[in-house]
Amino acid sequence: MRRESTRKPKQEMPTKTDNAEKSAADQAALRKELLRSMLLQRRFEERAAEAYALGKIGGFCHLYIGQEAISAGTMSVLRPDDYVVTSYRDHGQAIARGMSPRSVMAELFGRVDGCSGGKGGSMHLFDKKVGFLGGHGIVGGHIPLAAGVGWAIKYRKGDQVCVCFFGEAAVNIGAFHEALNMAALWNLPAIFVIENNRYGMGTAISRSTANEDVKTRAAAYRMIGESIDAQDVFAVRDAMGRAVELARKEGKPTLLEMRTYRFMGHSMSDAASGTYRSREELEESMKRDPIVILHDIMRANNELSDGEFAKLDEEQKAICQDAWDFAEASPEPPLDHLYTDVLVDTTS
Amino acid sequence: MALITYRDALTQALREELTRDESVFLMGEEVAQYNGAYKVSKGLLDEFGPMRIVDTPITELGFAGIGVGSAMVGLRPIIEFMTWNFALLALDQVVNAAAKMLYMSGGQFSMPMVFRGPNGSALQLSAQHSQAWESWLAHIPGLKVITPATPADAKGLLKSAIRDDNPVVFLEGEMLYNTKGEVPEGEHVVPIGKADLKREGGDCTIVAHGKMVLVALQVADALAKENIAVDIVDLRTIRPMDVEAIATSVQKTNRAVVLEEGWEMCGVGAQVVDFIQRECFDDLDAPVVRVHQADTPMPYAKNLEKAAKPDAAKAIAAIKKVMYLG
Ligand SMILES: Cc1ncc(C[n+]2csc(CCOP(=O)(O)OP(=O)(O)O)c2C)c(N)n1
Ligand SMILES: [Mg+2]
Repeated sequence: MRRESTRKPKQEMPTKTDNAEKSAADQAALRKELLRSMLLQRRFEERAAEAYALGKIGGFCHLYIGQEAISAGTMSVLRPDDYVVTSYRDHGQAIARGMSPRSVMAELFGRVDGCSGGKGGSMHLFDKKVGFLGGHGIVGGHIPLAAGVGWAIKYRKGDQVCVCFFGEAAVNIGAFHEALNMAALWNLPAIFVIENNRYGMGTAISRSTANEDVKTRAAAYRMIGESIDAQDVFAVRDAMGRAVELARKEGKPTLLEMRTYRFMGHSMSDAASGTYRSREELEESMKRDPIVILHDIMRANNELSDGEFAKLDEEQKAICQDAWDFAEASPEPPLDHLYTDVLVDTTS
Repeated sequence: MALITYRDALTQALREELTRDESVFLMGEEVAQYNGAYKVSKGLLDEFGPMRIVDTPITELGFAGIGVGSAMVGLRPIIEFMTWNFALLALDQVVNAAAKMLYMSGGQFSMPMVFRGPNGSALQLSAQHSQAWESWLAHIPGLKVITPATPADAKGLLKSAIRDDNPVVFLEGEMLYNTKGEVPEGEHVVPIGKADLKREGGDCTIVAHGKMVLVALQVADALAKENIAVDIVDLRTIRPMDVEAIATSVQKTNRAVVLEEGWEMCGVGAQVVDFIQRECFDDLDAPVVRVHQADTPMPYAKNLEKAAKPDAAKAIAAIKKVMYLG
């Protein structure tokens, strides 16, 4: 995280969804909680990158660094019985949703105590307890799943919602359109979140997408579409709060475009800048670090001293160290696990 | 027992399971108001209403994914494909999502769902509408693949498929819907993974599944007149395959012909032959012969179509070959 932000703090006024949290103390506590969530995600992934470099994590590993306000803001307006489904860039969301950093790190390490028993890895984090329905590896393939969860909620006359995250490149996949059409046609309580970090691997959105204003895709499905400055966690929280309310009360889906930037390469095997985006562009974008932006607001409000910030940060680092230690101590899955969970055993 | 069609047997199974379990629903193109492209869901909309019998847009990938998502949170979807040719557009959901969800979630998310619809060629529908998909689907760990040949098996196996907590691919014979057979009323459940000896005879084994079982029965009748008696092993389920039933028969007859609707390359028959050569090598009196579709897309012209399809005459020739009867 870099402290170069020149952006003026702007979110002192409670947003619409914050009306319930009346007192200034509540507001400050909420900001601190959002800051904590983002810091935990950031520190966790910094350690994941380190572990990757040491060969403790293998395969594909896609970091979320720079995009944490989306998960922190979103999860802050969800209920425990809501659902989340996402792509392979899933560590931050998993942790923000309340999955244990230990179980996530152990999964990255390919250990038996990982959330998916070491069989899923970085791209396939799952936790039924917190309604986290996976990390999925086929671009856009999981978008219809969110409509399906919405269908099940409606079928049972429930009032939960399902939030679905995917990158901006996924809006060109058929599954996106098929899912949005049915979600709108049938009024399903699903919220479709485009995390527009401007690149799909090395392809800038301008080279992949005829109409870069991707929120307008919603109009084709009679759906509300909105663009959000997603480096601002309160802007995320506000838009998501309204979308959740619409889904919960009226069973209507929303398409939200979260404008963000990934500060790292596409995956651990990709440099942060180079052939497809310049060092200058990266540095410019990194000035809008969501953690710094929120921290600046809190400093301007005199609600978090430097000492308190350092303490909060140390706490998150300690959680990540504990996760690392736990993952390292966890055994590899026993070989007989190779053949378990292929099918539910129906012989008994 | 009543003499009913394969179609009506499937409808019975659907009705009984929809009645038994509120979390079961049927979703697909034209399943509700139109009563099903092949009328398998006839009358069900009136009985169960539009949340249980659901018409979709033409969006195979999308509604297969709706099925997967709803199964993740505990519903038991039956996803109907108008035919399996169109299911190709949904294979990402079948193969990458449904088949792998339990495994990649470390056992957390089971997929209690059925993907069903007509499979194989009908009459003169030509290349894009005449394909048998079982070898593709049976390749995938995490799926069960069922190919019922008779009305009784269609009913009993569909009931088992709906009750199974795994993703089940249920391939109905497009040409079988009007065939008739005795079907037990009410609770009739056929276990998944068990073959059935549809005919007993000691001279040669025919291994078949789905529509080809009917061809095998014609073959058996014709050969009986020449005093040749065949065993017909109806696999019924392709995955998991009942290899014991194959071995038991081949160890008795010492000869085998494998009959299937699909193409030769990497076909179901290739798997059956592989099993026989490993487990019954010393029992064999002749190399196993396969009968299958010609290695071409399905042609339209009647004569070419006949030449392309496996049939009784081709199967009889194969049996005579493995019996060294010229
Ligand atoms: C259907 C499919 N095609 C290609 C890939 C390889 N791939 C993985 S991520 C990716 C880029 C996706 O970009 P975007 O949707 O913007 O998400 P981001 O990685 O930026 O979060 C590609 C091409 C894939 N996983 N799935
Ligand atoms: Mg992107």
